Amino acid sequence: MAVAGPAATDLEVVRGKRAALFFAAVAIVLGLPLWWKTTETYRASLPYSQISGLNALQLRLMVPVTVVFTRESVPLDDQEKLPFTVVHEREIPLKYKMKIKCRFQKAYRRALDHEEEALSSGSVQEAEAMLDEPQEQAEGSLTVYVISEHSSLLPQDMMSYIGPKRTAVVRGIMHREAFNIIGRRIVQVAQAMSLTEDVLAAALADHLPEDKWSAEKRRPLKSSLGYEITFSLLNPDPKSHDVHWDIEGAVRRYVQPFLNALSAAGNFSVDSQILYYAMLGVNPRFDSASSSYYLDMHNLPHVINPVESRLGSSAASLYPVLNFLLYVPELAHSPLYIQDKDGAPVATNAFHSPRWGGIMVYNVDSKTYNASVLPVRVKVDMVRVMEVFLAQLRLLFGIAQPQVPPKCLLSGPKSEGLMTWELDRLLWARSVENLATATTTLTSLAQLLGKISNIVIKDDVASEVYRAVAAVQKSAEELASGHLASAFVASQEAVTSSERAFFDPSLLHLLYFPDDQKFAIYIPLFLPMAVPILLSLVKIFLETHKSWKKPEKTD
Amino acid sequence: MAAAMPLALLVLLLLGRRGWCLAEPPRDSLREELVITPLPSGDVAATFQFRTRWDSELQREGVSHYRLFPKALGQLISKYSLRELHLSFTQGFWRTRYWGPPFLQAPSDTDHYFLRYAVLPREVVCTENLTPWKKLLPCSSKAGLSVLLKADRLFHTSYHSQAVHIRPVCRNARCTSISWELRQTLSVVFDAFITGQGKKDWSLFRMFSRTLTEPCPLASESRVYVDITNYNQDNETLEVNPPPTTTYQDVILGTRKIYAIYDLLDTAMINNSRNLNIQLKWKRPPENEAPPVPFLHAQRYVSGYGLQKGELSTLLYNTHPYRAFPVLLLDTVPWYLRLYVHTLTITSKGKENKPSYIHYQPAQDRLQPHLLEMLIQLPANSVTKVSIQFERALLKWTEYTPDPNHGFYVSPSVLSALVPSVVAAKPVDWEESPLFNSLFPVSDGSNYFVRLYTEPLLVNLPTPDFSMPYNVICLTCTVVAVCYGSFYNLLTRTFHIEEPRTGGLAKRLANLIRRARGVPPL
Repeated sequence: MAVAGPAATDLEVVRGKRAALFFAAVAIVLGLPLWWKTTETYRASLPYSQISGLNALQLRLMVPVTVVFTRESVPLDDQEKLPFTVVHEREIPLKYKMKIKCRFQKAYRRALDHEEEALSSGSVQEAEAMLDEPQEQAEGSLTVYVISEHSSLLPQDMMSYIGPKRTAVVRGIMHREAFNIIGRRIVQVAQAMSLTEDVLAAALADHLPEDKWSAEKRRPLKSSLGYEITFSLLNPDPKSHDVHWDIEGAVRRYVQPFLNALSAAGNFSVDSQILYYAMLGVNPRFDSASSSYYLDMHNLPHVINPVESRLGSSAASLYPVLNFLLYVPELAHSPLYIQDKDGAPVATNAFHSPRWGGIMVYNVDSKTYNASVLPVRVKVDMVRVMEVFLAQLRLLFGIAQPQVPPKCLLSGPKSEGLMTWELDRLLWARSVENLATATTTLTSLAQLLGKISNIVIKDDVASEVYRAVAAVQKSAEELASGHLASAFVASQEAVTSSERAFFDPSLLHLLYFPDDQKFAIYIPLFLPMAVPILLSLVKIFLETHKSWKKPEKTD
Repeated sequence: MAAAMPLALLVLLLLGRRGWCLAEPPRDSLREELVITPLPSGDVAATFQFRTRWDSELQREGVSHYRLFPKALGQLISKYSLRELHLSFTQGFWRTRYWGPPFLQAPSDTDHYFLRYAVLPREVVCTENLTPWKKLLPCSSKAGLSVLLKADRLFHTSYHSQAVHIRPVCRNARCTSISWELRQTLSVVFDAFITGQGKKDWSLFRMFSRTLTEPCPLASESRVYVDITNYNQDNETLEVNPPPTTTYQDVILGTRKIYAIYDLLDTAMINNSRNLNIQLKWKRPPENEAPPVPFLHAQRYVSGYGLQKGELSTLLYNTHPYRAFPVLLLDTVPWYLRLYVHTLTITSKGKENKPSYIHYQPAQDRLQPHLLEMLIQLPANSVTKVSIQFERALLKWTEYTPDPNHGFYVSPSVLSALVPSVVAAKPVDWEESPLFNSLFPVSDGSNYFVRLYTEPLLVNLPTPDFSMPYNVICLTCTVVAVCYGSFYNLLTRTFHIEEPRTGGLAKRLANLIRRARGVPPL
């Protein structure tokens, strides 16, 4: 044994301990952060708190209503109080995380001279024509004229009237509580013309929990920047039928005016094609009593698939496609009728499929077969066809029949088949739907980023997210201040930006980097380095522990 | 130059057809043709052509209404303002040496400034390409000639090529308005020996396992042409059944041909037996003479060894005994073969052959391939060798395709030539032979136009060992770990001198035994 043994050894042991601790410290303080930083996936900062804030967003849909009182509509002392503003706010109960409140801001004022003059005219139509001219009303706003209780403008049993533009007429009352009573009537009419629960429930159908009506509510197409409408004439038997349709004229006359009226809601493109030898996938049932063929209702879903493979996809755009098929049944299956649930033939001989389009069966008049040889020349009656297709088009765009309050007169449709307030209602619904979609997309993105750490967020994706969040907020603000047009534009921007961010391919660049491969690369370096450090740390810890215990024992 | 003629012909045809129209003239028409040709080697080539013409300015009209013209293609034209489109899917290789010049060539009137040309030699053609192609046909595959298009037969062939050609066609002589023409073509070569149990006889049913049942009611012309050139007057070598009602004679690709015509729109043709199964029987087997060698054929190969350099060689054969003719050679070579243009040599008959025109567009890495275009005069009865050296580039390791050791394809070179005919073609009545003028464009009586494609090539590129990054990581880590380990030990361990133990292994063993016995150790 060495003479200076114990002291020198102790010194060595302490130095060794210090060295081990220093190694550990360097590895933890310098090595770990360095490794973390260099292997990190790039993620630009995102507004997570704002995104989670969007879920608790309160949507306040403001409908500015101008209420115009004519001279004899309310008692005189009430007239003295004009003008003033009343706000009627109501929460729309939906099982949705966003709270939606509907707010009618009624600005009461007296009628101007020319309005008095117009409203004292003989019929509603005349009055409307005279009122129309002065100024265009902003999208989403309404004007309600209150006329005297005994005015002959409306038929005596009618209490109110809804016009084709953004105007309505309500009968006044000579009563102490006149403003309250009239106010209720006005709200009824204004709701029918703008926002009802049904409209919003249909718009949010995808985001609401399923219920038994959900299938019905999911009929309208999802909101999109544009839509493609394709009319197809299916002629499965060109040997017997030489079918001609004047689709160009029909589109010009019936479809285009309707789409022009709808143009605020998106871009539309229309085209048509004729498909020969395109069969339905179902064999119709022969009914010998009427010697005609029937398609049962439960068979209708099977009709579409075989036809759809022939329709062809659109090469030119990514917008959703609405298909309207006119099917001229083959000679062997003529005439062909569609039966409803109860077995009665459907009057229009047509049906529609939610979010897809409509099919109409067009039977060739049996008289045409008698005289001529095959193929017979068939000229399609486009008025009959377009009536059906336009009705289906309205349904597929979610323009439902309005719920008219009792004792209310509804004006006849305008020439283009769409009332101005119906368009407004569509825009309200689409804006809310867009906001819900954008919010869901952003929330899913945030959740996904929390769950999967390998997703890269580049700066341009992050800027899209910021833009989407800002657009959602802007749209909500515009809705609350009653600017429907700009709110709709902002909501479209929100959807576009959020989806561009969510579906950006750069998100997936590092997604396929499984953990086992990562460990296979790290282990050759980390294991040999970490094991000695850990072992010596354990040893140091045990020794210190022992040296602490010893003094206790001696006590 | 070659394309101007067919254009003029089509205009004539259109004017001729106008009288046939009903009260409301159809603005589109469909014509379908099938040409069946026995090839010199004994195989049978069948060529379908479906032609849809539409008198419509697709690029101008906003709302588009389609009848016979497929909507998918029409939208493509109007959305991207296409001038022309030629797309073909080919499986197999047309053996010009044994089968003669190919029947279908793409027209050559494309504006070169806007031309986009691409080839995907690696792609496999399959049923999934045929189905959408068939859907473009107005009669789908339910009536007319398209009934014969049965996928499992069409792909059991030595050669299968389906194509879509879209081009504008002038409606009148001054070209003030245009029509769009869609040609869908399909050519297949059946191996007659396999399908016909050693005989060269064929029938529609044996080839396609279908027969013709009814004409397509939408077609304004529906014809089958059968090449019966050997069907001479007295010498009874072959027999076609049913006997043709009309025959047609013309000079096609420089040789005189006789075709039997079956017109499906002729009501007598099908109504007799509800189906039409054209058969051809050889009464006397044709002599086993060597097939005539076509005047122009070509061959292409890669030579050289190692993975650094190589040479691309193209052999152009002119077998005409006394006439020389020029050939336009177009080559696109991928950028990862770096061509050395100074090594470009063209030799024929041992002498250097100077091309009269060269256009070379160098490649840009990862952006565009080399483009080499030359006009070469081929002397009579000669072999011309065009060779150019290249260096193989190293790709980035993520740029390699799956299975890179299979090699990388180099697209075939394209040869376009005006080949002298054996027989001088006399000016024929074009209205009588609409098909052949679009199938075989003739430039003048003594020449005919041929476009050939050479073989695609497979070139090996230097491929790295793809596990290398991981190997490097492992090796580096091991080295680092070993260095680090010894360094760590050196710094943290304490060393002290220990007395050497007295006694060796023997003493320890003895002690072990003693302990076991319970005796104190030594």
